[in-house]
Amino acid sequence: MNTENNVPKVEMINVHKKFGSKVVLDGVSLKVNKGESLVIIGTSGTGKSVTIKCIQGLLCPDEGSIKVDGKEVTTMSEAELERINAKTGMLFQGAALFDSLCIWENVAFGLIQGKKMKRPEARKIAIEKLRQVGLSPEVAGLYPDEVSGGMKKRIGLARAIATEPELIFFDEPTTGLDPIMSDVINDLIRRCVDDLGATAITITHDMSSVRKIADKVAMLHKGKIIWSGTVQEMETTNDPFIKQFINGVKDGPIQPTV
Amino acid sequence: MNIFTKTGKMTINFFRSVGQLSIFTLNTISHIVRPPFYFKALWQQMIEIGFYSLPVVALTTLFSGMVIALQSYSGLSSLSSEGVVASVVELTITRELGPVLAALMVAGRVGAAMAAEIGTMRVTEQIDALTSLSTNPFKYLIVPRVLAGMLMLPLLLLVGDVIGIYGGYLISVYKLDFNDTNFLRNTWNFMQAIDIYSGMTKAAVFGFIVTLLGCYNGFNSKGGAEGVGAATTNAVVVSSILILVSNYWLTELFFAR
Ligand SMILES: Nc1ncnc2c1ncn2[C@@H]1O[C@H](COP(=O)(O)OP(=O)(O)OP(=O)(O)O)[C@@H](O)[C@H]1O
Ligand SMILES: [Mg+2]
Repeated sequence: MNTENNVPKVEMINVHKKFGSKVVLDGVSLKVNKGESLVIIGTSGTGKSVTIKCIQGLLCPDEGSIKVDGKEVTTMSEAELERINAKTGMLFQGAALFDSLCIWENVAFGLIQGKKMKRPEARKIAIEKLRQVGLSPEVAGLYPDEVSGGMKKRIGLARAIATEPELIFFDEPTTGLDPIMSDVINDLIRRCVDDLGATAITITHDMSSVRKIADKVAMLHKGKIIWSGTVQEMETTNDPFIKQFINGVKDGPIQPTV
Repeated sequence: MNIFTKTGKMTINFFRSVGQLSIFTLNTISHIVRPPFYFKALWQQMIEIGFYSLPVVALTTLFSGMVIALQSYSGLSSLSSEGVVASVVELTITRELGPVLAALMVAGRVGAAMAAEIGTMRVTEQIDALTSLSTNPFKYLIVPRVLAGMLMLPLLLLVGDVIGIYGGYLISVYKLDFNDTNFLRNTWNFMQAIDIYSGMTKAAVFGFIVTLLGCYNGFNSKGGAEGVGAATTNAVVVSSILILVSNYWLTELFFAR
């Protein structure tokens, strides 16, 4: 019996979430295996960010089950959730850097607070992570309000991967970056999965990122996963939603809401 | 909307807030006693609350001491003597005005800043980021602030007591031409231990109220800059009211017979 490897890293079953009377997730089911890279696509405002916040326990779903490593997240105690989160990392859509801490302290936060690493050692790792996202050591001492939007994004990414987590969420990692830097970041995410064996869940609108990062793709629409499959399947599918989305045309089953 | 639905809504909202605040308070207290502890954050908050509030607390208590000396002389002229002025100053400053004024000043300065800072962290997802980095926001943000408030306000009050009495002394000696050693002797003889420890207990309670409400309003703020602004206002208004109300009950607890 080899149950260890059969347990999916993340499993969502029939998850519902609404804010007030506004239904955002309407029965999302999703499975991500260990060491796999899943990309979630979907139109703006369909609840992609809400989905990954539910997995991290930052939002509590109204209904349904979410399991990480086979353990139910929705009913977990605070302390247990903390232990799970110690093994996960998240790049927030808005970067969410701590503006009272300088750049390297931001990146090293999980190492110093979570892993109780000594500051000089954590600083070294932080600077190395900054280098991996294409930032020079000179920015290490700056504060978040002194760097550009794209730099914030990359610092957030460095912070998410600094502790080498087993499960990483990237919420629009390449939005606001130039095409060359986007490629560097896509590469880095792919390497987290290939070299470190991490499981990655990425949200992106950028189809070139999808092709570069994804093993599997899932499309979220109107609160449900309406399509999922591998990248090859995505390219050849006849699903009208996927076709409209990857070709980026306004006519089709997805109506752009005004 | 008719008046009944309105009143009903307000009542429900009121009880919801009270419930939320109670849960928040219990949560905070339960995290105060459980590790890990963030001593560096605690130290930073102690400096912020204790040291940087010194000037405002000193100024307010100085002028309060001065005005009490003046009023107790001119207002109570029929029975006023040197002894009365000194004792009135001592009593009002240590028991009532010192703790209340210090707390109100700290509410305006520190409570508001906490609500704004934590509120901004909430709306920019920095609090979520803390959780995702497996750092408990209660332990990292709220416990150090609340503890620092409870520790530093009594110390601020001690300084305020001295400065307030000094204000009374200045007026008594330089304006009312009282004998300076008599003033000090009267103050000293009149002072009781309960003046000091009741005042310090009050200060600790007020420190708890101010920091807790600053944190609570910030932590639960939503909706961008406007929400943070509302949180700041709420923190100051509600904590000021609670300071004055609880001051009465604490006085009743200590001194009513
Ligand atoms: N905390 C919240 N309170 C109320 N409504 C919310 C909250 N968070 C998200 N929503 C709503 O949920 C919906 C989905 O939001 P979400 O951020 O998940 O979208 P998204 O798919 O990530 O979009 P984008 O691609 O633009 O980032 C939105 O309509 C938003 O208004
Ligand atoms: Mg989003």
